[in-house]
Amino acid sequence: MSKRLSHDPLNIVVCGIGGQGNILASELLGSSMVEGGYIVAIGETYGASQRGGSVMSHIRISQQTELGVLISQGEAHVIIGFEPLESLRMAREYGSGQTKVIYDPRPVYPLSVLIGEDSYPTIEQIDAELRQLCDGVFPVAAADIAAQAGSSKAANIALMGALTALDIVPMQRKDFETALRQRFKGELLELNQKAYEMGYNAVVKQL
Amino acid sequence: MEWMTKIDAPGKTYLMQGNEAVVRGAVEAGIHFAASYPGSPSSQILGILGNIAKERGFYAEWSANETVALEACLGASFANARSICIVKQNGLLVVGDALHCGALSGVKGGLVVVTSDDPSSHSSTNEFDSRHMAISASVPLLEPSSLQESKDIIPYAFELSEQLGQIVIVRITTRICHGRGGVKLGELPKAQRPFRHIGEWERMVCINWRHEYMLEQLDRARALAEDNPFNHYSGPAGAETLIITGGTGRLYTQEALTSLDLTGKVGVLTLASLWPLPERLLAEHLRPCKRLLVIEEVDPFIERNIAALCGKLRLDIEIAGREAGIVLPRVRELTPDVVKRAVAAFCHTTLPDARRHVEQAIELPERELTFCAGCPHRATFFLLKRALKMDELPGVVIGDIGCYTMAGQRAGQYGYHFINCMGSGVNSAEGLGQLTAYGFKQTVLTMAGDSTFFHSSLPGLVNAQYHNANMLFIILDNSATAMTGFQPHPGTGLTAMGDQVPPLSIQKIVEAIGCSVTVADPFEVEETTELVNKLLHQTGMKVLILRQPCATLAAKSAVRKKVWVDPDICRGEDCGCGKFCSRVWNCPGNSWDFEHNKAKIDEVVCVGCGVCAKLCPAGAIKVEGGEQ
Repeated sequence: MSKRLSHDPLNIVVCGIGGQGNILASELLGSSMVEGGYIVAIGETYGASQRGGSVMSHIRISQQTELGVLISQGEAHVIIGFEPLESLRMAREYGSGQTKVIYDPRPVYPLSVLIGEDSYPTIEQIDAELRQLCDGVFPVAAADIAAQAGSSKAANIALMGALTALDIVPMQRKDFETALRQRFKGELLELNQKAYEMGYNAVVKQL
Repeated sequence: MEWMTKIDAPGKTYLMQGNEAVVRGAVEAGIHFAASYPGSPSSQILGILGNIAKERGFYAEWSANETVALEACLGASFANARSICIVKQNGLLVVGDALHCGALSGVKGGLVVVTSDDPSSHSSTNEFDSRHMAISASVPLLEPSSLQESKDIIPYAFELSEQLGQIVIVRITTRICHGRGGVKLGELPKAQRPFRHIGEWERMVCINWRHEYMLEQLDRARALAEDNPFNHYSGPAGAETLIITGGTGRLYTQEALTSLDLTGKVGVLTLASLWPLPERLLAEHLRPCKRLLVIEEVDPFIERNIAALCGKLRLDIEIAGREAGIVLPRVRELTPDVVKRAVAAFCHTTLPDARRHVEQAIELPERELTFCAGCPHRATFFLLKRALKMDELPGVVIGDIGCYTMAGQRAGQYGYHFINCMGSGVNSAEGLGQLTAYGFKQTVLTMAGDSTFFHSSLPGLVNAQYHNANMLFIILDNSATAMTGFQPHPGTGLTAMGDQVPPLSIQKIVEAIGCSVTVADPFEVEETTELVNKLLHQTGMKVLILRQPCATLAAKSAVRKKVWVDPDICRGEDCGCGKFCSRVWNCPGNSWDFEHNKAKIDEVVCVGCGVCAKLCPAGAIKVEGGEQ
């Protein structure tokens, strides 16, 4: 029997920039939920993801009803951000008092910032506004963690570790580890397991 | 994931992408033949079909263009094969003639055209609505309203196609194609149905004496639409307030009613048979109805046809929808919020909003699209701009469709003046180029990628050469259909089913036509700039092939060279270069260290092409092993 959901539907926004691996993250999460008997809908927005555009996944989990693939404004329960600016953009759109935010504070500058037309807000500003918009904000240096584990590409798995530590998703650590074993082998598996563990601990420390 | 599309596990539910669900539906329908040209959001469909074709015993190809694909499917249908043709909205317009002629001739084996529309144009230049084409060609059009139905509707469409002897179109949209959900698998056929011998008097001909018969088939389709199992109604019997929807609209509407506490108070009729409409079913719901809201993706297609039906039935109903643009916007995709606002306004209720707002929100810079790190197009459009600026009266640039369409933005130095549809560049440039003999004073250049070249530039090239237009046609040969995900094309030496075949040489084709052709490397920025300017001033038709493999594709195979900035040489903002690397060159690999005011290479993003090292005026950017 599946564990009861804290909210039904449970809405998760995963956001970042193309190439950061957030599609794989949502696919891993979604597959495990389907295997656990939940009804899952995922919407992915990645029209020009390889070209520096924002990428966003909406993951929705229910025990009752078939769902559309997009989340409504103000209805996210978790926002997982691979990049601070994108995290704040999503928090304004989908966040509320019932939203928890896990985000990597490592900025990826938009072109307009590099060019000098726009300025990138400070991480302190972003963090402060995130805390005003949502309740429960957890910075997790996922790319750094992943690099320490062996490859910055495993940032997505570090963030998944952070997510399971929050205990909002009906997914235990062992479920995710099974999913990792299905997906990766050898050195890559080891690296991802390490990134997962470090991401998990990064949130546990903040709880 | 590919394995789900072929696993023999009926009744089991897997998380599938909409595109994968369509593949699974085609496999369950026992297709013999599949053909497509890549187009987002449905490019994955034929990609997967190609990968599993050998194992499942059918044929799949990336055709040179959509017309080729549909006409190939028609050929296969003649032998009673079940064939599926996958296109995007523009592709459906490309196949217009083949579709109309095919509808007039009718089909033997089931022929399903899956067309993917892109509301809000996530990866298109437009949000054209495919559904109009069904009316024009007099063929049935179906639209699934969930991921499960995206699979289930494909075998149904094949049955319908064979029942009617007619092409059936299935329309899906980006949110279906790129959405994921649990899909319960059906049975796989043990083996494909055998082909039928084509007898001496067997015919599939497009000829007008079949026109009346074609319309009779459409009447039969209308009758069958009444029992389409994918039409749904929920809500009170005889509802006075009714919502009619289709596609993504069904689940958005369901959710809107739940959050507005209107479930059970409003009738919701979801239609999967969008053309021809099930008129009896509609009449049954429209007769008691006083107010109607129609929720659909993009054009007021259902809305207009229902308005026409109301006229026929002499019903006086207040209709709201996309047409008036009051409760629903006239453009862009549906979202749960757009639908909620529409339903709230239509039902005179207010919409809750849980969001908090901060007093002084900080300004967030937008993230604009750009070419990938190391993309050859960045170098191409940088040098084109330079080459044009060498003249007092710079020339005119005609764009085309591919990754390089993004050159219209900053990424490509706002690189072209004009763009139309795929393959049109050479033709529009020809038109402009002919005017130079009548007093038009600017030089004219246009471009096409290698895949676009095979798709639709060839007739234009023949035409421009034959009429000796004063123009330069640049073929941006990056050895890939990059925009849609690196599908093979006739120049790559690979097929959709993974076979290695002799590649066609673009250079030889151009030479065979009799064009003067030069080949250059866009990464040799200085030399190629001079060359482009020189070619622009030669009279007559010229072709230049700029050859450099797609950086994203190359990065997958090659070991990347390390590129870095020597902070002792980089003079930061005081250099006088105006932060050339990050401000002008604009590669995502060229970042800026704001703390030390120096250029920086983002190692995660950089692919090691080293072009920025050649362009840095201070020589501060270094490439492993020295400059290439």
